Amino acid sequence: MIISFTLNGRSRTVEIEPSTLVADLLRENLNLTGTHVGCDTSQCGACVVLFDGEAVKSCTLLAPMLDGGTLTTIEGLSGPGGSNALHPMQEAFHQNHGLQCGFCTPGMVMTAVALATNNPTPTEAEVRRGLEGNICRCTGYQNIVASVLAGAAAMHAPGSGE
Amino acid sequence: MRSFAFHRPTTLYEMSALLGGVADSMPLAGGMTLLPTIKQRLAAPAALIDLSNIPQLHGISAQADVLTVGAMTRHVDVAESELVRSKIPLLASLAAGIGDPAVRNRGTIGGSVANNDPSADYPAAVLALDATVVTDRREIAAVAFFRGLFETALEPGEIITAVRFPVPSAGGYAKFKSPASRYAVVGVCVAKKAGKVRVAVTGAGPGVFRVAVMEAALERTFTPDAIAAIKLGAENLSSDIHADAEYRAHLVTVMAKAAVKSALQTS
Ligand SMILES: Cc1cc2nc3c(=O)[nH]c(=O)nc-3n(C[C@H](O)[C@H](O)[C@H](O)COP(=O)(O)OP(=O)(O)OC[C@H]3O[C@@H](n4cnc5c(N)ncnc54)[C@H](O)[C@@H]3O)c2cc1C
Ligand code: FES
Ligand code: FES
Repeated sequence: MIISFTLNGRSRTVEIEPSTLVADLLRENLNLTGTHVGCDTSQCGACVVLFDGEAVKSCTLLAPMLDGGTLTTIEGLSGPGGSNALHPMQEAFHQNHGLQCGFCTPGMVMTAVALATNNPTPTEAEVRRGLEGNICRCTGYQNIVASVLAGAAAMHAPGSGE
Repeated sequence: MRSFAFHRPTTLYEMSALLGGVADSMPLAGGMTLLPTIKQRLAAPAALIDLSNIPQLHGISAQADVLTVGAMTRHVDVAESELVRSKIPLLASLAAGIGDPAVRNRGTIGGSVANNDPSADYPAAVLALDATVVTDRREIAAVAFFRGLFETALEPGEIITAVRFPVPSAGGYAKFKSPASRYAVVGVCVAKKAGKVRVAVTGAGPGVFRVAVMEAALERTFTPDAIAAIKLGAENLSSDIHADAEYRAHLVTVMAKAAVKSALQTS
Protein backbone atom coordinates (compact mmCIF):
# COMPACT_ATOMS: atom_id res chain seq x y z
CA MET A 1 0.00 0.00 0.00
CA ILE A 2 1.00 3.63 -0.47
CA ILE A 3 1.01 6.11 2.41
CA SER A 4 1.73 9.83 2.56
CA PHE A 5 2.78 11.67 5.67
CA THR A 6 4.98 14.50 6.87
CA LEU A 7 8.33 13.31 8.18
CA ASN A 8 10.53 15.83 9.97
CA GLY A 9 8.89 18.70 8.11
CA ARG A 10 9.01 17.13 4.64
CA SER A 11 6.14 15.37 2.92
CA ARG A 12 6.88 11.77 2.02
CA THR A 13 5.03 9.17 0.00
CA VAL A 14 6.24 5.61 0.43
CA GLU A 15 5.12 2.17 -0.59
CA ILE A 16 4.99 -0.28 2.32
CA GLU A 17 3.83 -3.73 3.34
CA PRO A 18 0.78 -3.14 5.60
CA SER A 19 2.45 -5.17 8.37
CA THR A 20 5.44 -2.78 8.59
CA LEU A 21 6.12 -1.24 11.99
CA VAL A 22 7.04 2.44 12.03
CA ALA A 23 10.38 1.67 13.75
CA ASP A 24 11.30 -0.68 10.89
CA LEU A 25 10.09 1.74 8.24
CA LEU A 26 12.33 4.44 9.71
CA ARG A 27 15.40 2.30 10.22
CA GLU A 28 15.25 -0.13 7.30
CA ASN A 29 13.51 1.79 4.52
CA LEU A 30 14.28 5.43 5.26
CA ASN A 31 17.75 5.02 6.81
CA LEU A 32 16.81 7.05 9.86
CA THR A 33 18.65 4.96 12.42
CA GLY A 34 18.48 7.51 15.23
CA THR A 35 15.30 5.80 16.42
CA HIS A 36 16.47 2.76 18.42
CA VAL A 37 14.78 -0.56 19.08
CA GLY A 38 15.63 -1.96 22.51
CA CYS A 39 12.98 -4.59 23.17
CA ASP A 40 10.27 -6.84 21.76
CA THR A 41 7.70 -6.09 24.42
CA SER A 42 6.91 -2.37 23.97
CA GLN A 43 8.45 -1.60 27.35
CA CYS A 44 11.81 0.14 26.88
CA GLY A 45 10.89 3.40 25.14
CA ALA A 46 14.09 3.63 23.05
CA CYS A 47 11.90 3.88 19.93
CA VAL A 48 9.72 6.82 21.00
CA VAL A 49 8.89 9.32 18.24
CA LEU A 50 6.32 12.10 18.02
CA PHE A 51 3.20 11.24 16.02
CA ASP A 52 0.97 14.28 15.55
CA GLY A 53 2.94 15.82 18.40
CA GLU A 54 2.39 12.96 20.85
CA ALA A 55 4.98 10.53 22.20
CA VAL A 56 4.37 7.03 20.81
CA LYS A 57 6.39 3.83 20.65
CA SER A 58 7.31 3.42 16.98
CA CYS A 59 7.91 -0.31 17.54
CA THR A 60 4.22 -0.65 18.38
CA LEU A 61 2.68 1.51 15.68
CA LEU A 62 1.78 0.18 12.26
CA ALA A 63 3.08 2.21 9.34
CA PRO A 64 -0.38 2.39 7.68
CA MET A 65 -1.49 4.51 10.67
CA LEU A 66 0.93 7.25 9.55
CA ASP A 67 -1.11 8.08 6.45
CA GLY A 68 -2.07 11.75 6.59
CA GLY A 69 -0.21 12.35 9.85
CA THR A 70 2.94 14.08 11.02
CA LEU A 71 5.97 12.24 12.36
CA THR A 72 8.99 13.74 14.09
CA THR A 73 12.04 11.63 14.89
CA ILE A 74 15.24 12.52 16.73
CA GLU A 75 16.75 13.50 13.37
CA GLY A 76 14.03 16.13 13.00
CA LEU A 77 14.83 17.93 16.24
CA SER A 78 18.22 19.42 15.51
CA GLY A 79 19.12 21.97 12.90
CA PRO A 80 16.34 24.53 13.03
CA GLY A 81 16.74 26.73 9.98
CA GLY A 82 19.19 24.32 8.35
CA SER A 83 21.88 24.85 10.97
CA ASN A 84 23.52 22.06 12.94
CA ALA A 85 22.35 23.54 16.22
CA LEU A 86 21.02 21.06 18.77
CA HIS A 87 17.45 21.33 20.00
CA PRO A 88 17.35 22.87 23.53
CA MET A 89 16.46 19.45 24.98
CA GLN A 90 19.41 17.80 23.21
CA GLU A 91 21.68 20.61 24.38
CA ALA A 92 20.45 20.07 27.95
CA PHE A 93 21.30 16.34 27.77
CA HIS A 94 24.76 17.31 26.51
CA GLN A 95 25.33 19.92 29.23
CA ASN A 96 24.00 17.76 32.08
CA HIS A 97 25.72 14.53 31.07
CA GLY A 98 22.28 12.95 30.57
CA LEU A 99 23.63 9.95 28.71
CA GLN A 100 26.33 7.34 28.91
CA CYS A 101 26.10 4.72 26.16
CA GLY A 102 23.38 6.74 24.44
CA PHE A 103 21.15 3.84 23.46
CA CYS A 104 18.10 5.08 25.36
CA THR A 105 18.78 8.73 24.53
CA PRO A 106 16.67 9.24 21.37
CA GLY A 107 13.59 7.89 23.15
CA MET A 108 14.38 9.85 26.30
CA VAL A 109 14.77 13.10 24.36
CA MET A 110 11.58 12.61 22.31
CA THR A 111 9.56 11.72 25.42
CA ALA A 112 11.05 14.73 27.18
CA VAL A 113 10.17 17.08 24.34
CA ALA A 114 6.53 15.91 24.43
CA LEU A 115 6.48 16.22 28.21
CA ALA A 116 7.92 19.74 28.22
CA THR A 117 5.56 20.82 25.43
CA ASN A 118 2.51 19.70 27.44
CA ASN A 119 3.89 20.90 30.75
CA PRO A 120 6.33 23.84 30.37
CA THR A 121 7.35 23.87 34.05
CA PRO A 122 7.41 20.25 35.24
CA THR A 123 8.46 19.32 38.76
CA GLU A 124 11.06 16.65 39.36
CA ALA A 125 8.29 14.21 40.33
CA GLU A 126 6.40 14.96 37.12
CA VAL A 127 9.54 14.36 35.07
CA ARG A 128 10.12 11.01 36.79
CA ARG A 129 6.50 9.97 36.15
CA GLY A 130 6.71 11.17 32.57
CA LEU A 131 9.77 9.01 31.93
CA GLU A 132 8.19 5.84 33.34
CA GLY A 133 8.07 4.28 29.88
CA ASN A 134 11.76 4.88 29.13
CA ILE A 135 14.36 2.50 30.48
CA CYS A 136 18.03 3.43 30.88
CA ARG A 137 20.54 0.75 31.80
CA CYS A 138 23.45 3.12 32.39
CA THR A 139 22.82 6.38 34.11
CA GLY A 140 20.67 5.71 37.16
CA TYR A 141 18.38 8.45 35.81
CA GLN A 142 19.67 11.31 38.02
CA ASN A 143 21.33 13.18 35.17
CA ILE A 144 18.48 12.40 32.78
CA VAL A 145 16.00 14.01 35.15
CA ALA A 146 18.32 17.01 35.55
CA SER A 147 18.62 17.25 31.76
CA VAL A 148 14.86 17.20 31.23
CA LEU A 149 14.30 19.88 33.87
CA ALA A 150 16.98 22.08 32.26
CA GLY A 151 15.73 21.29 28.75
CA ALA A 152 12.14 22.20 29.63
CA ALA A 153 13.31 25.53 31.04
CA ALA A 154 15.44 26.19 27.94
CA MET A 155 12.61 25.28 25.55
CA HIS A 156 10.38 27.89 27.15
CA ALA A 157 13.01 30.56 27.85
CA PRO A 158 12.24 33.92 26.23
CA GLY A 159 13.80 34.04 22.79
CA SER A 160 14.18 30.27 22.48
CA GLY A 161 11.75 30.28 19.59
CA GLU A 162 9.77 27.33 21.03
CA MET B 1 6.68 -9.24 11.29
CA ARG B 2 4.58 -11.87 9.52
CA SER B 3 2.65 -10.11 6.82
CA PHE B 4 -1.06 -9.40 7.02
CA ALA B 5 -3.57 -7.25 5.18
CA PHE B 6 -4.85 -3.98 6.61
CA HIS B 7 -8.34 -2.51 6.29
CA ARG B 8 -9.65 0.77 7.59
CA PRO B 9 -13.47 0.81 7.55
CA THR B 10 -15.30 4.06 8.23
CA THR B 11 -18.67 2.62 9.27
CA LEU B 12 -19.75 -0.14 11.66
CA TYR B 13 -21.50 -1.82 8.77
CA GLU B 14 -18.35 -1.98 6.66
CA MET B 15 -16.39 -3.14 9.72
CA SER B 16 -18.78 -6.04 10.42
CA ALA B 17 -18.67 -7.08 6.78
CA LEU B 18 -14.86 -7.19 6.92
CA LEU B 19 -14.69 -9.02 10.26
CA GLY B 20 -17.28 -11.51 9.05
CA GLY B 21 -15.96 -11.84 5.52
CA VAL B 22 -12.16 -11.81 5.77
CA ALA B 23 -10.81 -15.08 7.16
CA ASP B 24 -8.62 -14.81 10.29
CA SER B 25 -9.19 -11.08 10.64
CA MET B 26 -8.85 -9.28 13.99
CA PRO B 27 -9.88 -5.81 15.11
CA LEU B 28 -7.03 -3.38 15.83
CA ALA B 29 -7.52 -0.65 18.44
CA GLY B 30 -4.44 0.97 20.01
CA GLY B 31 -2.31 -2.04 19.15
CA MET B 32 -0.49 -1.86 22.50
CA THR B 33 -1.36 -5.45 23.26
CA LEU B 34 -2.14 -6.87 19.82
CA LEU B 35 1.07 -5.77 18.05
CA PRO B 36 3.45 -7.16 20.71
CA THR B 37 1.37 -10.37 20.63
CA ILE B 38 1.82 -10.64 16.87
CA LYS B 39 5.54 -9.86 17.21
CA GLN B 40 5.90 -12.71 19.67
CA ARG B 41 3.98 -14.96 17.27
CA LEU B 42 1.25 -15.62 19.78
CA ALA B 43 -1.25 -14.41 17.19
CA ALA B 44 -1.05 -14.61 13.40
CA PRO B 45 -4.02 -12.78 11.90
CA ALA B 46 -4.38 -12.69 8.12
CA ALA B 47 -5.85 -9.19 8.29
CA LEU B 48 -6.19 -6.38 10.79
CA ILE B 49 -9.34 -4.28 10.78
CA ASP B 50 -8.42 -0.84 12.11
CA LEU B 51 -11.20 0.65 14.25
CA SER B 52 -9.75 4.16 14.46
CA ASN B 53 -11.76 5.75 11.65
CA ILE B 54 -15.25 4.75 12.81
CA PRO B 55 -16.83 7.86 14.37
CA GLN B 56 -19.38 5.95 16.51
CA LEU B 57 -16.55 4.36 18.52
CA HIS B 58 -15.14 7.69 19.70
CA GLY B 59 -16.14 10.19 22.33
CA ILE B 60 -17.22 10.57 25.95
CA SER B 61 -20.73 11.70 26.93
CA ALA B 62 -22.91 11.90 30.03
CA GLN B 63 -26.66 11.63 30.46
CA ALA B 64 -28.23 12.02 33.89
CA ASP B 65 -26.13 9.66 35.98
CA VAL B 66 -24.61 7.53 33.24
CA LEU B 67 -21.21 8.14 31.67
CA THR B 68 -20.66 6.59 28.23
CA VAL B 69 -17.12 6.09 26.97
CA GLY B 70 -16.63 5.09 23.31
CA ALA B 71 -14.53 1.97 22.77
CA MET B 72 -11.76 3.83 20.90
CA THR B 73 -11.32 6.42 23.66
CA ARG B 74 -7.66 6.37 24.62
CA HIS B 75 -6.40 6.15 28.19
CA VAL B 76 -4.98 9.70 27.92
CA ASP B 77 -8.40 11.03 26.86
CA VAL B 78 -10.16 9.43 29.85
CA ALA B 79 -7.40 10.65 32.18
CA GLU B 80 -7.71 14.25 30.98
CA SER B 81 -11.48 14.46 30.43
CA GLU B 82 -13.16 17.10 32.60
CA LEU B 83 -16.43 15.19 32.19
CA VAL B 84 -14.92 11.96 33.51
CA ARG B 85 -13.17 13.81 36.34
CA SER B 86 -16.40 15.44 37.43
CA LYS B 87 -18.64 12.35 37.07
CA ILE B 88 -16.38 9.42 38.01
CA PRO B 89 -12.99 10.68 39.24
CA LEU B 90 -11.76 7.15 39.98
CA LEU B 91 -11.97 6.34 36.27
CA ALA B 92 -9.79 9.33 35.31
CA SER B 93 -7.14 8.44 37.87
CA LEU B 94 -7.26 4.76 36.91
CA ALA B 95 -6.62 5.70 33.27
CA ALA B 96 -3.81 8.08 34.29
CA GLY B 97 -2.08 5.16 36.04
CA ILE B 98 -2.06 2.76 33.08
CA GLY B 99 1.40 1.99 31.71
CA ASP B 100 3.35 5.06 30.64
CA PRO B 101 2.59 8.18 28.55
CA ALA B 102 3.25 6.46 25.20
CA VAL B 103 0.99 3.53 26.14
CA ARG B 104 -1.75 5.94 27.23
CA ASN B 105 -1.44 7.86 23.94
CA ARG B 106 -2.44 4.73 21.98
CA GLY B 107 -4.21 2.20 24.25
CA THR B 108 -8.01 2.27 24.39
CA ILE B 109 -10.72 1.25 26.83
CA GLY B 110 -12.31 -1.05 24.26
CA GLY B 111 -9.05 -2.88 23.62
CA SER B 112 -8.35 -3.23 27.32
CA VAL B 113 -11.82 -4.53 28.19
CA ALA B 114 -11.94 -6.89 25.18
CA ASN B 115 -8.50 -8.24 26.02
CA ASN B 116 -9.39 -8.93 29.69
CA ASP B 117 -5.79 -9.30 30.82
CA PRO B 118 -5.87 -10.71 34.37
CA SER B 119 -3.72 -7.75 35.52
CA ALA B 120 -5.46 -4.97 33.57
CA ASP B 121 -6.97 -2.02 35.41
CA TYR B 122 -10.21 -1.28 33.53
CA PRO B 123 -11.92 -4.65 34.20
CA ALA B 124 -11.93 -3.85 37.94
CA ALA B 125 -13.74 -0.55 37.34
CA VAL B 126 -16.16 -2.05 34.82
CA LEU B 127 -17.15 -4.74 37.34
CA ALA B 128 -17.24 -2.55 40.47
CA LEU B 129 -19.25 0.19 38.77
CA ASP B 130 -21.77 -2.37 37.40
CA ALA B 131 -21.08 -1.02 33.93
CA THR B 132 -22.69 -2.25 30.73
CA VAL B 133 -20.49 -3.33 27.83
CA VAL B 134 -22.22 -2.18 24.64
CA THR B 135 -21.37 -4.10 21.46
CA ASP B 136 -22.43 -3.84 17.85
CA ARG B 137 -24.97 -6.61 18.60
CA ARG B 138 -26.19 -6.29 22.21
CA GLU B 139 -25.60 -4.99 25.72
CA ILE B 140 -23.76 -7.17 28.22
CA ALA B 141 -23.75 -6.57 31.98
CA ALA B 142 -20.25 -6.53 33.49
CA VAL B 143 -20.98 -9.58 35.68
CA ALA B 144 -21.72 -11.62 32.55
CA PHE B 145 -18.93 -10.16 30.44
CA PHE B 146 -15.67 -11.28 32.10
CA ARG B 147 -15.17 -15.05 31.90
CA GLY B 148 -11.67 -15.63 33.33
CA LEU B 149 -8.19 -15.59 31.83
CA PHE B 150 -8.37 -13.43 28.65
CA GLU B 151 -11.93 -14.77 28.12
CA THR B 152 -15.00 -12.60 27.62
CA ALA B 153 -18.58 -13.01 26.45
CA LEU B 154 -17.69 -11.50 23.05
CA GLU B 155 -18.50 -13.73 20.09
CA PRO B 156 -16.25 -13.98 17.03
CA GLY B 157 -16.41 -10.72 15.08
CA GLU B 158 -18.36 -8.94 17.83
CA ILE B 159 -17.04 -5.48 18.66
CA ILE B 160 -17.31 -3.37 21.80
CA THR B 161 -18.68 0.02 20.77
CA ALA B 162 -18.81 1.68 24.20
CA VAL B 163 -18.85 1.11 27.94
CA ARG B 164 -21.66 2.68 29.98
CA PHE B 165 -20.82 3.47 33.59
CA PRO B 166 -23.53 4.37 36.12
CA VAL B 167 -22.19 7.26 38.22
CA PRO B 168 -21.59 6.03 41.80
CA SER B 169 -22.15 8.12 44.94
CA ALA B 170 -18.58 7.22 45.97
CA GLY B 171 -15.79 5.19 44.45
CA GLY B 172 -12.06 4.62 44.48
CA TYR B 173 -9.36 2.52 42.83
CA ALA B 174 -6.02 1.53 44.31
CA LYS B 175 -3.36 -0.69 42.83
CA PHE B 176 -0.06 -2.16 43.82
CA LYS B 177 1.68 -1.92 40.48
CA SER B 178 4.45 -3.81 38.81
CA PRO B 179 7.31 -1.29 38.75
CA ALA B 180 8.25 -2.39 35.20
CA SER B 181 4.92 -2.29 33.34
CA ARG B 182 2.56 -0.60 35.84
CA TYR B 183 0.12 -3.52 35.40
CA ALA B 184 -1.70 -4.34 38.64
CA VAL B 185 -0.02 -6.93 40.84
CA VAL B 186 -3.25 -6.36 42.76
CA GLY B 187 -5.79 -3.64 42.01
CA VAL B 188 -9.05 -3.07 43.87
CA CYS B 189 -11.97 -0.92 42.79
CA VAL B 190 -14.68 -0.04 45.30
CA ALA B 191 -17.93 1.68 44.33
CA LYS B 192 -21.02 2.65 46.28
CA LYS B 193 -24.42 3.44 44.83
CA ALA B 194 -27.87 3.47 46.38
CA GLY B 195 -26.73 1.63 49.51
CA LYS B 196 -25.06 -1.15 47.48
CA VAL B 197 -21.29 -1.60 47.48
CA ARG B 198 -19.20 -3.47 44.92
CA VAL B 199 -15.61 -4.57 45.48
CA ALA B 200 -13.80 -5.82 42.36
CA VAL B 201 -10.26 -7.21 42.36
CA THR B 202 -7.87 -7.43 39.40
CA GLY B 203 -4.34 -8.84 39.23
CA ALA B 204 -4.83 -11.28 42.10
CA GLY B 205 -6.31 -14.24 40.24
CA PRO B 206 -6.90 -15.57 36.73
CA GLY B 207 -9.52 -12.89 36.10
CA VAL B 208 -11.32 -10.01 37.76
CA PHE B 209 -13.64 -11.05 40.64
CA ARG B 210 -15.87 -9.59 43.36
CA VAL B 211 -15.43 -10.02 47.10
CA ALA B 212 -18.87 -10.50 48.64
CA VAL B 213 -17.73 -10.44 52.29
CA MET B 214 -16.08 -7.06 51.82
CA GLU B 215 -19.15 -5.74 50.00
CA ALA B 216 -21.42 -6.77 52.89
CA ALA B 217 -19.09 -5.26 55.50
CA LEU B 218 -18.86 -1.98 53.58
CA GLU B 219 -22.64 -1.83 53.15
CA ARG B 220 -22.86 -1.80 56.95
CA THR B 221 -20.04 0.72 57.49
CA PHE B 222 -18.25 2.38 54.59
CA THR B 223 -14.81 2.83 56.18
CA PRO B 224 -11.39 1.19 55.66
CA ASP B 225 -11.59 -0.29 59.16
CA ALA B 226 -14.74 -2.21 58.27
CA ILE B 227 -12.69 -4.54 56.03
CA ALA B 228 -9.32 -4.43 57.80
CA ALA B 229 -9.81 -7.88 59.31
CA ILE B 230 -11.09 -9.55 56.14
CA LYS B 231 -8.44 -11.60 54.39
CA LEU B 232 -8.93 -13.76 51.32
CA GLY B 233 -7.67 -17.33 51.25
CA ALA B 234 -4.66 -17.79 48.97
CA GLU B 235 -6.00 -20.99 47.30
CA ASN B 236 -7.37 -19.46 44.11
CA LEU B 237 -4.89 -16.60 43.75
CA SER B 238 -1.94 -16.34 41.37
CA SER B 239 1.73 -16.89 42.16
CA ASP B 240 4.40 -15.55 39.81
CA ILE B 241 7.71 -13.68 39.86
CA HIS B 242 5.91 -10.50 40.99
CA ALA B 243 4.20 -11.92 44.07
CA ASP B 244 3.11 -15.24 45.55
CA ALA B 245 -0.51 -16.04 46.36
CA GLU B 246 -0.12 -15.37 50.11
CA TYR B 247 1.27 -11.92 49.44
CA ARG B 248 -1.46 -11.19 46.88
CA ALA B 249 -4.11 -12.17 49.45
CA HIS B 250 -2.57 -9.67 51.86
CA LEU B 251 -2.43 -6.99 49.15
CA VAL B 252 -6.14 -7.38 48.37
CA THR B 253 -7.01 -6.19 51.88
CA VAL B 254 -4.44 -3.38 51.80
CA MET B 255 -5.56 -2.12 48.36
CA ALA B 256 -9.26 -2.45 49.24
CA LYS B 257 -8.73 -0.26 52.31
CA ALA B 258 -6.83 2.28 50.19
CA ALA B 259 -9.65 2.28 47.63
CA VAL B 260 -12.26 2.96 50.33
CA LYS B 261 -10.11 5.74 51.72
CA SER B 262 -9.82 7.31 48.30
CA ALA B 263 -13.59 6.93 47.79
CA LEU B 264 -14.22 8.81 51.04
CA GLN B 265 -11.83 11.59 50.03
CA THR B 266 -13.30 12.17 46.56
CA SER B 267 -17.01 11.84 47.41
C1 LIG C 1 4.41 -1.28 28.33
C2 LIG C 1 2.94 -1.49 28.55
C3 LIG C 1 2.40 -1.25 29.81
C4 LIG C 1 1.04 -1.44 30.04
N1 LIG C 1 0.56 -1.19 31.30
C5 LIG C 1 -0.75 -1.41 31.55
C6 LIG C 1 -1.28 -1.16 32.85
O1 LIG C 1 -0.61 -0.68 33.77
N2 LIG C 1 -2.59 -1.43 33.06
C7 LIG C 1 -3.42 -1.90 32.07
O2 LIG C 1 -4.59 -2.11 32.33
N3 LIG C 1 -2.94 -2.11 30.83
C8 LIG C 1 -1.64 -1.89 30.55
N4 LIG C 1 -1.17 -2.10 29.29
C9 LIG C 1 -2.10 -2.53 28.24
C10 LIG C 1 -2.71 -1.34 27.55
O3 LIG C 1 -3.65 -0.72 28.40
C11 LIG C 1 -3.37 -1.75 26.24
O4 LIG C 1 -3.60 -0.56 25.59
C12 LIG C 1 -4.67 -2.50 26.34
O5 LIG C 1 -4.60 -3.69 27.06
C13 LIG C 1 -5.16 -2.91 24.95
O6 LIG C 1 -5.76 -1.83 24.34
P1 LIG C 1 -5.44 -1.45 22.86
O7 LIG C 1 -6.38 -0.35 22.51
O8 LIG C 1 -4.01 -1.20 22.69
O9 LIG C 1 -5.94 -2.78 22.08
P2 LIG C 1 -5.25 -3.67 20.95
O10 LIG C 1 -3.91 -4.09 21.36
O11 LIG C 1 -5.41 -3.02 19.62
O12 LIG C 1 -6.26 -4.92 21.00
C14 LIG C 1 -6.26 -5.83 22.10
C15 LIG C 1 -7.23 -6.97 21.79
O13 LIG C 1 -8.58 -6.54 21.84
C16 LIG C 1 -9.23 -6.67 20.57
N5 LIG C 1 -10.03 -5.44 20.44
C17 LIG C 1 -9.55 -4.16 20.42
N6 LIG C 1 -10.58 -3.29 20.41
C18 LIG C 1 -11.72 -4.02 20.43
C19 LIG C 1 -13.11 -3.68 20.44
N7 LIG C 1 -13.53 -2.41 20.45
N8 LIG C 1 -14.01 -4.69 20.46
C20 LIG C 1 -13.60 -5.99 20.47
N9 LIG C 1 -12.31 -6.37 20.46
C21 LIG C 1 -11.37 -5.39 20.44
C22 LIG C 1 -8.11 -6.84 19.57
O14 LIG C 1 -8.51 -7.61 18.47
C23 LIG C 1 -7.06 -7.56 20.40
O15 LIG C 1 -7.35 -8.93 20.47
C24 LIG C 1 0.19 -1.89 29.01
C25 LIG C 1 0.72 -2.14 27.73
C26 LIG C 1 2.07 -1.94 27.48
C27 LIG C 1 2.62 -2.20 26.12
S1 FES D 1 11.72 -0.81 21.15
FE1 FES D 1 11.29 -1.07 23.25
S2 FES D 1 9.45 0.07 23.46
FE2 FES D 1 9.83 0.19 21.35
S1 FES E 1 22.65 5.84 28.49
FE1 FES E 1 22.93 3.71 28.15
S2 FES E 1 20.88 2.99 28.26
FE2 FES E 1 20.66 5.04 28.86
